[in-house]
Amino acid sequence: MGVLHFIEKNLHQVLFLTWEHIFMVALSLIIATAIGVPLGILITKKVNLAKRVINSANIIMTVPSIALFGLMMPILAIVGQGLGKVPAIVALVLYSQLPIIRNTYVAIKNVPPSLRDAGKGMGMNKWELLKEVEIPIAVPVIIAGLRTAAVMNIGIAAIAAYIGAGGLGVFIQQGIDRVYPEMILSGALLVSLFAILVDGLMAGVEHLLTPKGIQLEKRLAQ
Amino acid sequence: MTRPAAKLYNIAIILLAFCGGVALEKTGTIAFLTDPSNYPELMRLLFQHFYLVAVSMAIATALGLFIGIILTRPKFKRYSGIVMYVVGLGQTIPSLAVLALVMSFLGIGTKPAIFALTVYSILPIARNTLAGIRAVPVSTLDAAKGMGMTSTGILIQVELPMAMKVILTGFRVALVINIGTAALAYLIGAGGMGDWIFSGINMMMTDKLLAGAIPVTLMALLADFLVELLSAVLVSRGLRLSEE
Repeated sequence: MGVLHFIEKNLHQVLFLTWEHIFMVALSLIIATAIGVPLGILITKKVNLAKRVINSANIIMTVPSIALFGLMMPILAIVGQGLGKVPAIVALVLYSQLPIIRNTYVAIKNVPPSLRDAGKGMGMNKWELLKEVEIPIAVPVIIAGLRTAAVMNIGIAAIAAYIGAGGLGVFIQQGIDRVYPEMILSGALLVSLFAILVDGLMAGVEHLLTPKGIQLEKRLAQ
Repeated sequence: MTRPAAKLYNIAIILLAFCGGVALEKTGTIAFLTDPSNYPELMRLLFQHFYLVAVSMAIATALGLFIGIILTRPKFKRYSGIVMYVVGLGQTIPSLAVLALVMSFLGIGTKPAIFALTVYSILPIARNTLAGIRAVPVSTLDAAKGMGMTSTGILIQVELPMAMKVILTGFRVALVINIGTAALAYLIGAGGMGDWIFSGINMMMTDKLLAGAIPVTLMALLADFLVELLSAVLVSRGLRLSEE
């Protein structure tokens, strides 16, 4: 097993690159959530804007990741950040916008009007309605959007190794350059495992954050 | 309330396009792309890119449709859960990792790249074919049966037309991802527009880098748009009407 041997021998670097990868993905996800969720909620109140915002996010998503890195390099080079972690994190934040905004928008739009009416009937104002009714019901779908974004980001962060952002993609990049099959395989397997693991974890979080009432409803429906 | 915001949005788009154009001129990208001595190279790389995408998408569409359809037939229905689980797992694997894995087993060149792109593109097509056919209402199927249609007839005249919109969405996702991943295929020696992007990054040549990145971006946007048009033709009028 060349791969296990390689990982064992380079454990220190493996851990460091994994940490870099986690750092990039986690930080970009936090920033993306802070932008995407409020934006998603905002456009449920302004229908005109909704289509434009979602279309813009859709166009960003269509741009191939390596091309986006390429497009951003000269722009960020103006402030001296053309290479490294900054362009990688900016790209990851941009890519995450579509799943996060779309899921937030759809989830809040799909809250049954009867529940909203019930909330209003109890004397809730707009904010209370959002906080007590709409967001709790929308949370599972919003988390599903975050899950999509997280898995996608892990893959794009691997490509970011080519613009010097570090992370597990470094093994793939250097392995290809040096024609070192164990290194390539280790990089590819570690990144894949990381993505599958995060996907599973987020599925767990999705389940945990679903309000008990909705969980019950789902079970009864089956 | 929303009208000024919409206007602002339009102005922002125009400003962005203007700044983009100025930036392209300043970085020498336009000069690079219009330089006649770069023409043969550009054409060669564009063709390579197009070839990678076209071949892999053709195989992936055929296989994806086949897998999706066969998993909805009564005989194979029980395997659909496990197959879709594997497909879902496959989709979480990053594209660069797929290319790297394929390269370590099949070596470098165009063929391994096409293999990797095909495998990666089958997933969304198969998943959406399955989901689309599954979503056909039972009552519609019963009506078709009652009219005396054979199961092949039902598949071709009822199930596929009704699932067409979802299948095309899967096709579009696969195509856009494919174009982006084909840019990475340069790394395993298959050429394509990735050649200019990666050389540009390595040599810090902004004009070359952008001359590679912009055609790929336009290609992806154009493909997205064309499939959208295609769905206007392929999705039956009745279904489009009922949606509105």
